[in-house]
Amino acid sequence: MSLGTKRLGKELTKVLIRFPCEQIQKTLPPGITLVKADDLQEWLLDIQVLDQNPIYAGETYRLKFRFGKQYPIGITPEVVFTKQENRPIPMHPHIYSNGIICLDLLGSSGWSPVQNVESVCMSIQSMLTGNTKNHRPEGDADFVSTNKARPKDIEFYYHDNEV
Amino acid sequence: MDSDEDFLSTVSSDDDIMLDDSENDDMSNGDEFDDAFDEDPDDEPDMGLQKQKTPVAYDVGYKVYSPGDIQKQQEEMMNEVNMILEMSKEDAAILLRHFRWNKERLIEDFMDNSDKVVEAAGIVTSVANPPQLETLSEFMCDICCDDDEGLRSFAMKCGHRYCVNCYRHYLTQKIREEGEAARIQCPAEGCSRIIDARSLDLLVTPELSDRYQELLNRTYVEDKDTLKWCPAPDCENAVECGIKKKDLDKVVPTVACGCGYRFCFGCILSDHQPAPCELVKRWLKKCADDSETANWISANTKECPKCNSTIEKNGGCNHMTCRKCKHEFCWMCMGLWSEHGTSWYNCNRFEEKSGTDARDAQAKSRVSLERYLHYYNRYANHEQSARLDKDMYTKTEKKMVQLQSASGMSWIEVQYLNSASQALQTCRQTLKWTYAFAFYLARNNLTEIFEDNQKDLEFAAENLSEMFEKPISELADSKLKVDIMDKTSYCNKRRLILLQDTAENLANGRWTFNVDLKNGQSGRQ
Repeated sequence: MSLGTKRLGKELTKVLIRFPCEQIQKTLPPGITLVKADDLQEWLLDIQVLDQNPIYAGETYRLKFRFGKQYPIGITPEVVFTKQENRPIPMHPHIYSNGIICLDLLGSSGWSPVQNVESVCMSIQSMLTGNTKNHRPEGDADFVSTNKARPKDIEFYYHDNEV
Repeated sequence: MDSDEDFLSTVSSDDDIMLDDSENDDMSNGDEFDDAFDEDPDDEPDMGLQKQKTPVAYDVGYKVYSPGDIQKQQEEMMNEVNMILEMSKEDAAILLRHFRWNKERLIEDFMDNSDKVVEAAGIVTSVANPPQLETLSEFMCDICCDDDEGLRSFAMKCGHRYCVNCYRHYLTQKIREEGEAARIQCPAEGCSRIIDARSLDLLVTPELSDRYQELLNRTYVEDKDTLKWCPAPDCENAVECGIKKKDLDKVVPTVACGCGYRFCFGCILSDHQPAPCELVKRWLKKCADDSETANWISANTKECPKCNSTIEKNGGCNHMTCRKCKHEFCWMCMGLWSEHGTSWYNCNRFEEKSGTDARDAQAKSRVSLERYLHYYNRYANHEQSARLDKDMYTKTEKKMVQLQSASGMSWIEVQYLNSASQALQTCRQTLKWTYAFAFYLARNNLTEIFEDNQKDLEFAAENLSEMFEKPISELADSKLKVDIMDKTSYCNKRRLILLQDTAENLANGRWTFNVDLKNGQSGRQ
């Protein structure tokens, strides 16, 4: 059994065992819901921004996680927003309109094996909560039309740590 | 032939002297280590540097190290720190790497506040607590979420504890896949403690330990500004040169590795004398991007004043009718054709200011394009010849064998062909870059001398090339052999004269360029 299978199994059990009584236990923090974890390669989660941030109020966003065999070591999981009916891509100066997220902890230099699905979701949630800028990153159109690299291979330049 | 070989042998004899010096420069007035190869020889006790202060301006002091030399240097420094600061060699190594092999600063800082230095470098000093694996009860590994009884775990001094398996996995990933060594941090998020060699040995296989050592060797070269790897494929040597980044507008630091590859120490591109790095960067960019396409368009076309379609006028009168929008206008003044009254076909609005300005801009653009093409064509020609030269070496060998059987000369006696081929290649390389250099050169009194030198070298190289291409039957003629040898030597001399002249003027700031070498801002596009 590879490390990825083992670890994801554990993460899943942690969430699922207490899933039915989520109201009481609140394993997953409020605003984060596991939608699908049928296999140990791809998970879907929904997140909501809970405070009254007008940019995100009333919306739910869908995150897609893809894990490598060696998760959580080595290749960082690929985490993107996916667009569906009722599931738009949130407006944020670090989120491209194709769902790719520019966040240091998702890059190979920022990732630590101690991170997990829950902590990543929380980071993204707080990234949205704190945002006041209702626009896309600069050069969004260009990036979206020309980018063919997988999110983990993109060399983001983390130029702005305030958002 | 002679001058080039002289030049090469001076370099190699410098090597021998310089190698011995590496131990001595610690004694030199406690300056930064980087300064040990400063160009200023007066405050330097090194004999090697005295000798390197050669009268040739295009030559910079450098030396070539084999992988063994690099290993030896590191060990010497570790031993020294180990003796002075009384610590283990492993810790000395971590400290040295932390200080990017700046030994003087390390010792100074350590004397100042040893605790702080040790803490910052992330090492364990207490000999009483060597790193070890532990089995704790009620332990859960945060990476694999395992909490089995008897799970063996490891933590560095930072206390972030993970099971042995995960730690091993993590280190294997870092070393094997990411090629990291000197700065592998604790797996915990945001923890900057660096794993030391002893802890690493405890956790990974000996094979991986070896790879780690290999990578550490590499970081030694990468950490030191005065060292660079030879970029030639399969070459494992490193070259040391004291040239500083801020001096790159004054000197073109070409070095020749032991493997024979000549490259620029400043930018790692292959030899581009006499053009300084900044010009080379601009030139390559200019040739690569399509700014010239834009230039052509602006020189040769105009836009329809109504729909902005780009139009090239390839003949006919000034009465233009746009294919696309049927707009009628005058090619001269770009005004409405209907406004031309009766003076059709002879635009009398030509002298108006807006019209003149537009014409001026167009003419300027055309001149600039022609100027670029002039230099580019010559540059590209030499580049293409240089590419053909890649086969030249094999061709030369074949030729030498043929010549031996045709003329009865010995292998030694046909070596002149090899020298000629090498001279041709180097001269072409230099010539190529003289054109990029000339493109950015603003005219002054010295440009004429430069152009004469360039012309002489080019003429000599073309002559040699022609002789060299002669069929074997003619090459066997002993008179041609003497001619080729003379021409080879002449080419090499002309090349050195050109380099000497350009390098001297560059060092003294006597060239004026139409771009700024210092801050990357360009006067022209």
